[in-house]
Amino acid sequence: MRKIAYFQAIGEATVQAMEADPRIVVAGQGVDDHKGVYGTTTDAFARFGPARVRDIPNGENAFAGIAVGAATTGMRPLVVHTRDDFMFLAMDGIFNLAAKWRYMFGDRGGAPVVMRGIVGRGWGQGATHSQSLQSLFGHFPGLYVVTPASPSDAKGLLMNALRSEDPVVILENRGLYELTGEVSEEPFTVPFGKGRIARAGTDVTVVAASLMVHEAERAADALALRGVRAEVVDVRSIRPLDDALILESVARTGRLVVADTSWARYGLAAEVAAVVAEHDPGMLRAPVRRVTLADCPAPVSWPLEEAFNPGAESVLHACLELLGEEPGNGPRMEHVMKGFVGPY
Amino acid sequence: MSPVEQPRTPRQDDGPADLADLLHAMVRIRVAEETIGDVYRDEQEMRTPVHFSIGQEATAVGVCAALRREDLVYGGHRCHAQYLAKGGDLDAMVAELYGRRTGCAAGRGGSVHLTDLEAGFGASSAILGEMIAVATGAAWTFAEPFDRTEGRLGRIAVTFFGDGASEEGVFHESLNFASLHRLPVLYVCENNQYSLSSGLAARQPAGHSITDRARGYGITARRLDGNDVVAVHEAAREAVRHCREGRGPYFLELDTYRWREHVGPNRDHEQGVRPAADVESWMRRCPVRRATEALRATDPGIDARVATWTRQARAEVNAAIDAAKASPFPAVSDLLTGTYAT
Ligand SMILES: Cc1ncc(C[n+]2csc(CCOP(=O)(O)OP(=O)(O)O)c2C)c(N)n1
Repeated sequence: MRKIAYFQAIGEATVQAMEADPRIVVAGQGVDDHKGVYGTTTDAFARFGPARVRDIPNGENAFAGIAVGAATTGMRPLVVHTRDDFMFLAMDGIFNLAAKWRYMFGDRGGAPVVMRGIVGRGWGQGATHSQSLQSLFGHFPGLYVVTPASPSDAKGLLMNALRSEDPVVILENRGLYELTGEVSEEPFTVPFGKGRIARAGTDVTVVAASLMVHEAERAADALALRGVRAEVVDVRSIRPLDDALILESVARTGRLVVADTSWARYGLAAEVAAVVAEHDPGMLRAPVRRVTLADCPAPVSWPLEEAFNPGAESVLHACLELLGEEPGNGPRMEHVMKGFVGPY
Repeated sequence: MSPVEQPRTPRQDDGPADLADLLHAMVRIRVAEETIGDVYRDEQEMRTPVHFSIGQEATAVGVCAALRREDLVYGGHRCHAQYLAKGGDLDAMVAELYGRRTGCAAGRGGSVHLTDLEAGFGASSAILGEMIAVATGAAWTFAEPFDRTEGRLGRIAVTFFGDGASEEGVFHESLNFASLHRLPVLYVCENNQYSLSSGLAARQPAGHSITDRARGYGITARRLDGNDVVAVHEAAREAVRHCREGRGPYFLELDTYRWREHVGPNRDHEQGVRPAADVESWMRRCPVRRATEALRATDPGIDARVATWTRQARAEVNAAIDAAKASPFPAVSDLLTGTYAT
């Protein structure tokens, strides 16, 4: 099958969905410019022009509500945030309106807003430009939240989002944008709530989201050299979460590591651990390990930034620890983002 | 090497600054940013996104020269010029760009999170419009009687932000609050016409200025040429007097233009992002050149002095770069330090 990059898959999904549905309008700061949000809106702008790919003023707060107003009256807005951190300003519209619209008004219709948010990574983007908000968004009933880790899922989940009757937040890690993979040229959807086994294994389950799926796979490669077979589960969807897939895997391996780029406390990693603990803690032959961010805001200084972010090495160490092996014996592994110099 | 002559801005009294001092301060900032830009591009060791103010120096210099040390300035992402104009420590800024422990934010914050409280530079931040609110809150403190009893009579808060940030809701909510309570805050909008690559026409209705909107909140507001450092300085002195006398907030919209790309050291008009003719016409209105030309009539030695200041500034920033590189990184064992008070 043809291979394309993650950012191209997003662009292709956007164009194909817009071709099929004239109600879809892309809106975001700079979606029409020469950079085209890292190339993800370039083709849509070339194809549909400013009427359907609209540059908007800097006003995330109002725009979330504007998108709800448009979505509840027949439009299908796809709102693009070049950093998900800017979505903090949009949260009233997302949480108090979009997520509740259907329920609060007696199930007479939803607010089918799709919001893309890019998680910054690398080059010292720091405390306010590199936060992963999946745990936060995942908390609210009424929202769908997805974190595509592969080019194919980037396309399929976006196309599914653009057909959804309810609001969807898509979080894309900047570190994945240049990643290439096989993607069908035909339009297709990936359903929400279905994870995937990114790598089959028998000894330990690593549940991961987004960029951490790749770190987990690199850790699995290193573990394989030591005769350990790690299974990597890509959740793909944060809300709903594929409980069944996680439970089925942990039932086989008896060991659980959760790898995520949000914080451990009250986060995705805590949620996955809770799903297992609530279902049958007897499945676990060892305690759960959470591989997440250090419990502080993101620092800029690069040695701190490296220590702050979880990576393949920390996943590897956690797995070895659960298997009763000396973590200190693992190889040194560099972060996937090493060498990243922008554009950010 | 002779000791580096420092520009005498900001002043510590309320008198007008000499044009030569304003020019000197602009030259120093221009040279600092150009030098940092070259090193940033060539070395790739300052791992933090940087937004240069090259071409916009008159706004920061003209305004900050009208302030007292104890007045607090707040900036946005494009904050180096404001930090330096307010007297922020150059060594600490450069060390911050290199992520060193000696940085003004201890290597935690990077280019967009500068602070130097001793110099009266409160903070800068990269989420649009945030500091408009924070400066308003600082002005609220400064309006309270307890702040006066500390011997800091009539401090004011100043915030710099772009035309793009004025579109955020926080701009409107802050101006409303400041006007309602007659807070001593000076809002300085550096209107460089662009937000990333989006021109004003794509973002704001034609025929209505940001100044008009500030007036809509009952705030005294003026719009002027932000590349004319004397005009900016005079307007700022009037604005500062207004705020200090308890007559409420003041708003200045300063028209200017950035020469480099939005973020990073390169030019962007070669890529067709902005009309090359616009960039060139604004470069002809260079604030440094205009101030130099204005002085030439009365001060025939000005070109030689500018050359000296340029050399000195280059030496000063190169020394700051060397010092930063020789400084240690923060210890990884201190990663969590500063999350809470200890
Ligand atoms: C809330 C928020 N939205 C979007 C951004 C992305 N962003 C960073 S700078 C910028 C342009 C701001 O333009 P302006 O305020 O005019 O300042 P300038 O860059 O021209 O100095 C944008 C959109 C951001 N940092 N914060």
